[in-house]
Amino acid sequence: MVPFAGWDMPVQYTGIVDEHKAVRQSVGVFDVSHMGQFIVSGPGAEAFLNRVLTNNITKLLPGQGQYTLLLNGLGGVIDDLIAYRTSEREFYLVVNASRIDADWAHLETQLNKDDEVMMANASDFTAGLAIQGPKAREVAATVFGSATSFPEHNAILVTMTSEGPMWLCGTGYTGEEGFEFFMPMETAEMWFRKIVYAVKAAGGVPCGLGARDTLRLEMGYPLNGNDLSETRTPLQAGLGFFVDLDKGDFTGREALVKQKAAGLPDKLAAFRMTGAAPPPRPHYPVAFAGEIIGEVCSGTQSPSLGTGIGMAYVPLSAATIGSTLEIEIRGRRFPAEVVKKPFYRKPSV
Amino acid sequence: MSNVPDNLRYRDSHEWIDPTQSPSPVGITDHAQAELTDVVFVDPPKVGTQVSAGQQVCVIESVKAASDIYAPVSGEIVAINEALTGDPGLLNRDPYVGGWIFKIQSSNLAEFGALMDAAAYGKHIA
Repeated sequence: MVPFAGWDMPVQYTGIVDEHKAVRQSVGVFDVSHMGQFIVSGPGAEAFLNRVLTNNITKLLPGQGQYTLLLNGLGGVIDDLIAYRTSEREFYLVVNASRIDADWAHLETQLNKDDEVMMANASDFTAGLAIQGPKAREVAATVFGSATSFPEHNAILVTMTSEGPMWLCGTGYTGEEGFEFFMPMETAEMWFRKIVYAVKAAGGVPCGLGARDTLRLEMGYPLNGNDLSETRTPLQAGLGFFVDLDKGDFTGREALVKQKAAGLPDKLAAFRMTGAAPPPRPHYPVAFAGEIIGEVCSGTQSPSLGTGIGMAYVPLSAATIGSTLEIEIRGRRFPAEVVKKPFYRKPSV
Repeated sequence: MSNVPDNLRYRDSHEWIDPTQSPSPVGITDHAQAELTDVVFVDPPKVGTQVSAGQQVCVIESVKAASDIYAPVSGEIVAINEALTGDPGLLNRDPYVGGWIFKIQSSNLAEFGALMDAAAYGKHIA
């Protein structure tokens, strides 16, 4: 067990590689109770969220969600999150555990008296499980029966059952089909038992933080705190797709427009070790053309590829696909190549 | 349950050494490999290096973490296990035979007495 954002969480149950492969090949279940949930509602909710988040929330119909970012005034990333529209005037935000307090404090400063918005922080009494892998549908069918449909990609289904409400979200952090299931804390144990039982029956396993990290990194998904910070913009992080500069003003927009015009100072590059090398790990120095130019943000041994992979902020001249970096590991430098994300692509059947 | 062979001596940091051989092979215990899981790289020491008991001599990397390996006794590193370069997973599959990491020529036989025997190590990991 390790401390993580104020929680004690397992790095692994049976082994990172076993758990990783289970998610790629059958199914795995992750405890995601640490994540935060905010409910933002009222006549002004849509306009308020569009003013503080980077993606265009007006595009969401009830039942749909999108990946989006919360920025400070300088365009730095406070958090990355999923925003779902649960009804015309209500939104469900799922945020990072380590950022719940920072997000909440920031949202409060952004709220004006006449906004007609109500915010509720449900994080402390919401538990969650992420069921991920090709057999996730099978698990859902076993646990919920035919009464509940499977949430399609980025969709949310809010259902009231005799056991209490449940939020089923067609999202995840692994690159596999799957869903995240949030429920009130008091129903969590009952659901946990049912889901873990169904996952094991389908040939899957419970998974810890270790596999969560290798799976998300193989997809090139950023982790807040490693790859995202308040001192770099989503443009530098390669997340421009989730920033709508044309939707009207939002916090951080002006800084992004300026940065775009001036050119990015650096960019989050994905790299893969090219020879036998120890796995790259966070904070290892990164060199280009002989000079140290930065450090590894995220890095690991990819269980699917069998090589070291990682991400680092490097100057644009070093960020082109195919350019050679060196990762310094215990005083020795090992070559790496800048590659396109994702690192891992599902083999076509 | 982990396998703890009787003929070996152990450090509290989970290295084993075989005192019945000279030079003595050194590796990590079954318990250690099970905790680390999935060893993916072994950064071996240099042959000819003089080390003292308790000194960090090399690093093994699993997907989970990088772990330091310490010399159980003082002496000279006289061989490294080349097979681990191409197949670091040997450390997981065969920690006590095929998965030895290096051999050390002991310079002070009395140091073996300071190490744990199988019964003491078994208690240490219980």
